[in-house]
Amino acid sequence: MALLEIVGLKKSFGGLNALQGVDFRIDRGEIVSIIGPNGAGKTSFFNVTSGIFPPDAGTIRFKDEDIAGLPPNLITERGLARTFQNVKLFPNLTVLENVMVGQHCRRRSGAWDAILRTPRFRREERETEERAREVLSFFGSRLSGYRLEQPASVLSYANRRRLEIARAMATEPDLLLLDEPTAGMNPRETAELTELIGKLRTEKGFTVVVIEHDMKVVANVSDRVVVLDHGVKLIEGDYATISTDETVIEAYLGRPESKEGAA
Amino acid sequence: MTATSAAPARRSRQRRFTAVDVILWAIRIGAVLIIGFGLFGSVGNFLAGQGPSATAWRDLVVAGLAQGAMYGLIALGYSMVYGVLGFINFAHGEVFMAGSLIGFFAADAMVRGGLWERNILLALAILIAVSVTVSTLMAVVIERVAYRRLREAPRLIPLITSIGVSFFIQYSFSGLFGVNVRSYPALPGALGGRVSILGVPIEATKLIVIVVAIIAMIGLFYFVNRTRTGRAIRAVAEDKEIAALMGIDVDRTIVMTFAVGGAMAGVAGALYGLLFRGIVFYTGFLPGIKAFTSAVLGGIGNIPGAMAGGVLLGLFEGVGPLLILGGLGIPSVTQLKDVVAFSALVLMLIFRPSGLFGERIGSEDRA
Amino acid sequence: MATTTTPEVAPEVAPALEATPFEPRRGLTVGALGALALILVLTNGMYLTFLPRELVVGVLDLGTLALLLIGLIVGSRAAVHLPRPGRVDIPTVPRDVVVSLLAGAVTSLGAVLVVLAIDAPWDLRSAFPNLSPQLRTALVGEAGLGGLLTSIAAPILLAAVLGGASRLLGRRVRRALVVGTEVTLGLSMIELVARDLLGNVGLAALHKAMWVTNSGIRPLPAVALFAVATGLAFALGRRGPRERRFHAAEARTTRQRTVVLVAALAAALILPAFFGLIVNELLVNVGIFLLMALGLNVVIGYAGMLNLGSIAFFAVGAYGMAVLTSPTSPTFAPALSWWVALPIVVGLSALAGLLIGAPVIGLRGDYLAIVTLGFSEIIRLLFLSDWLGPYFGAAQGIRSIPGIDVGFTTLSGIDPRGMLYITIVFVLVAVYVSKQLQDSRVGRAWAALREDESTAQAMGIDTQQSKLLAFVIGAILASFGGALFAAKVGTVFPNSFALLVSIIILVVVIVGGMGHIPGVIVGAVVLIGILGGPRQPGLLQEFGEYKLLIYGAVLIYMMLQRPEGLVPSVRRTRELHAEEFSQDAWFDRKGRFIDDDADTDDGKA
Repeated sequence: MALLEIVGLKKSFGGLNALQGVDFRIDRGEIVSIIGPNGAGKTSFFNVTSGIFPPDAGTIRFKDEDIAGLPPNLITERGLARTFQNVKLFPNLTVLENVMVGQHCRRRSGAWDAILRTPRFRREERETEERAREVLSFFGSRLSGYRLEQPASVLSYANRRRLEIARAMATEPDLLLLDEPTAGMNPRETAELTELIGKLRTEKGFTVVVIEHDMKVVANVSDRVVVLDHGVKLIEGDYATISTDETVIEAYLGRPESKEGAA
Repeated sequence: MTATSAAPARRSRQRRFTAVDVILWAIRIGAVLIIGFGLFGSVGNFLAGQGPSATAWRDLVVAGLAQGAMYGLIALGYSMVYGVLGFINFAHGEVFMAGSLIGFFAADAMVRGGLWERNILLALAILIAVSVTVSTLMAVVIERVAYRRLREAPRLIPLITSIGVSFFIQYSFSGLFGVNVRSYPALPGALGGRVSILGVPIEATKLIVIVVAIIAMIGLFYFVNRTRTGRAIRAVAEDKEIAALMGIDVDRTIVMTFAVGGAMAGVAGALYGLLFRGIVFYTGFLPGIKAFTSAVLGGIGNIPGAMAGGVLLGLFEGVGPLLILGGLGIPSVTQLKDVVAFSALVLMLIFRPSGLFGERIGSEDRA
Repeated sequence: MATTTTPEVAPEVAPALEATPFEPRRGLTVGALGALALILVLTNGMYLTFLPRELVVGVLDLGTLALLLIGLIVGSRAAVHLPRPGRVDIPTVPRDVVVSLLAGAVTSLGAVLVVLAIDAPWDLRSAFPNLSPQLRTALVGEAGLGGLLTSIAAPILLAAVLGGASRLLGRRVRRALVVGTEVTLGLSMIELVARDLLGNVGLAALHKAMWVTNSGIRPLPAVALFAVATGLAFALGRRGPRERRFHAAEARTTRQRTVVLVAALAAALILPAFFGLIVNELLVNVGIFLLMALGLNVVIGYAGMLNLGSIAFFAVGAYGMAVLTSPTSPTFAPALSWWVALPIVVGLSALAGLLIGAPVIGLRGDYLAIVTLGFSEIIRLLFLSDWLGPYFGAAQGIRSIPGIDVGFTTLSGIDPRGMLYITIVFVLVAVYVSKQLQDSRVGRAWAALREDESTAQAMGIDTQQSKLLAFVIGAILASFGGALFAAKVGTVFPNSFALLVSIIILVVVIVGGMGHIPGVIVGAVVLIGILGGPRQPGLLQEFGEYKLLIYGAVLIYMMLQRPEGLVPSVRRTRELHAEEFSQDAWFDRKGRFIDDDADTDDGKA
């Protein structure tokens, strides 16, 4: 049974057909990369899947339920979390608070619990903070110690990307959508993050879809690669197949020697 | 195998219907019912020969048109500033009030000097010139002192500032000019009565108001569409950064936007004096908020839209209370005139914030 | 926005340090604006109204204080160093003092115009009722224009020079002087409070030694207090205010918080017993408006929605209480007791919060502001209308609302002390509720929502529900104020619920510091307590008709200069000074540079 199965996904903005009937499926425990030139519809694919925009047509079945048209918060609650291409943190909340916000949909205490400080509230607050620290510890010393109390706005670019992944992890998802997680990172940081993406599956058991421009990352992390171009799926397969495919090279790689691709 | 051929999934509702939607629908249905029953009642009354006569309705329509033309003029200022800077200049009503109140002193002086009786056309021209000058200056000074430093601030900061400016101007004027209502002089001679247009007798004052408003609007339309400065204003409204790259002086253009908006408010100020006579420091608030409603009605940033929105709101406000609320049998409906206007504002912003004719605002202002 | 350059920093790798050239033009421009302000203050009658109120007896009155304030602002604005790329400017006497002096002189010329206008042959008084012979006498006596030198020019020039020279002093000295002045002025305004307090504990003699009854503070104690306060502030002010603000949260320990809290509670319980009628009455007003402000704080400070119709919830509270308790309520008069009616009123307000909130929460921020304003005006106009007159009494409102029966006595407007105690109880409840919500899952959702709504939703927050909750909580807190207001005044009528009140509450929240409870409390005490509420006089009754002008000016000033408020929350300061802060944040608390992008961690963790 596929964890996420998408059939005939269509979305257009004004006259622009961002997605023209994309099919996609991913099974539990897989790591799939989505690549494609700029404007191929990769981020639109994430936006529609995560509910930021409703699809014009098509079905999105997640854990055997059609989630097309649900608002983003309910999709997140059902276990599908994401990060953004242009990092979207809560800049004036601290690192710890940012991650605690991610726990929101996993907790139930409401206004009454907060006002009366009920046992449930105390327990949940404690768990929320513990969980947030645990998630952050996944990044080793990068986001620990004094950084927990720093506002997100002062973090380095790489750390913001890490924090965003941490926040998505805190929503306790089954499926994680990472939109260009290594963009703007130096080679060392990229290598580190590549390893972390692998660990997301082996240690945390997440299923991951990643949009990536860095072919080295794609080659290293993915079980399968999906190539999008002009809102349609060009081809999919393992990295070796993809990287030698004529149509892909024509549409995207063009110059195989430039590994940064069209970024 | 595709999903459609698979076993039917537990399908969640495509569009979730929340409590908020319930309330929104309740408001929609309520508004339609009120308007529907009101119209039905009024038409019934009219056919039965009860309620206001045909001439009374005609006068209401004319009054609504005159008032609406004035709202349209003020609305231009809201609309243009929103188009260019992306915030509601709450103090624009005060710009209008300032022109009107200072205009009163000019009119008063002309009455005492005798010009008002001798040559009313010249007197009106002077009156409008005075009130336009005052309002324009006021708008430009406000921009310089209060708003210029807030260009990059979050959208709500200039709005809150403009509320402060509005307060400050109102109560400065109450201190400077006192709290008594100043009363514009009536138009002299035949102009105080009615003139006949196509056999329909219309109050001369209202006719003058409508004519002057139309002239001002044509002038503005020409200015915005045919002059360099007008083009610069439109370019800056579209995208400030690119306009600057194209060699447009953004600061100067923004000042011009305020100046033009202020000038139109000045014209409206003089017309308000002729139409309603009484003016005092807090007079700016209600016409201001109604003009903002007009701007939204016509689509923020849309110049012809603002004019049309003003006329529509004026008509609605003139005829609406009697037509709708009167039809429901509610007593003393004129008291509820402002309720009707505020309801129009609220309903418009909630259900169609982009206006009837489409808003035109820069890309960075679309939230 | 940051207009202050910081010459004290002097880093080794500094850009060129050099004196800014003498800029007389800036002095002239600022002076011209100052002259306009002076003309306004003289011509709108403010100066003449303020003159009789002494602050430091025989030395300083409220009118002169207004002049000093104008001079101070003009002087400091004239001496602002416009930033020039690659240069750190150092202040000098000619640049800062001479330009300020010039600006002050130009400002003073405004008064000449006013005197000339009074002497003019035309009848200007019909337009400007305050251009009176009395104003002329106050300005120049019987003399010619020369009299202006002492009455107007002297204070303005003095203040302008001080304002200009303040940059020559170190930041610490400047800060200490400001604190000293604030303390002295504050004490000079609270003669009445001191009289009640000291008189009732047998220290009437101390009051007599320091203050003049119904007037201000005596000169000698003023000087002594100023010296002590300045000295203390200097001694304690090692950290600059900005750094302190950023580190405020971490600096304050739990124990310090408890001490402050217990002290405040004790003061709130004990002090009313020593205050007289007027002061207690005043504090009841502060409390009632504070409740409204705390309600608005939830909506605007926590959830980030600019509600311009907060008065609507207050009105629902007050009218609900009036209809339910007053025996003379026109149609429906169950004449319940206040306590029985309270839960019903709270329920009604929550419903109002839901009904007003639901349609507006989907709107963008500025439209939300206007729609809430529209709703509050619709509600007021409906209460005012003859149509609903049979239920709400139209313009006459509802009268004979009984007080609050607390067993041994009935609390109402004639017993301000009792009223104050019950108001304090409700304020405590409101503060507690706000605080608990802020530090909770709900509060975090609000914070996330305020920062970035669409991301918050993508992270699993039900934005509709969170926003509605903020509206409902805000409405409930405001309705407490309304319910108390009805019982206190005994009458409700529509004009008590004008838009004006919403705006004043907004100013209170903004001046204090949005989203920060101590800030909101300080805002309410300072503004409502000293300036007064929309219709309620404050401690300085002379402000009377001018207080609304001052509210407007304060709002503009705060937005331009200190949008985070007087007592800001750390988070709000970050939001509004993001750039400065992120520069600071590269240094850790000991001033070492934090190399965030370093490949190897620096071993701190």
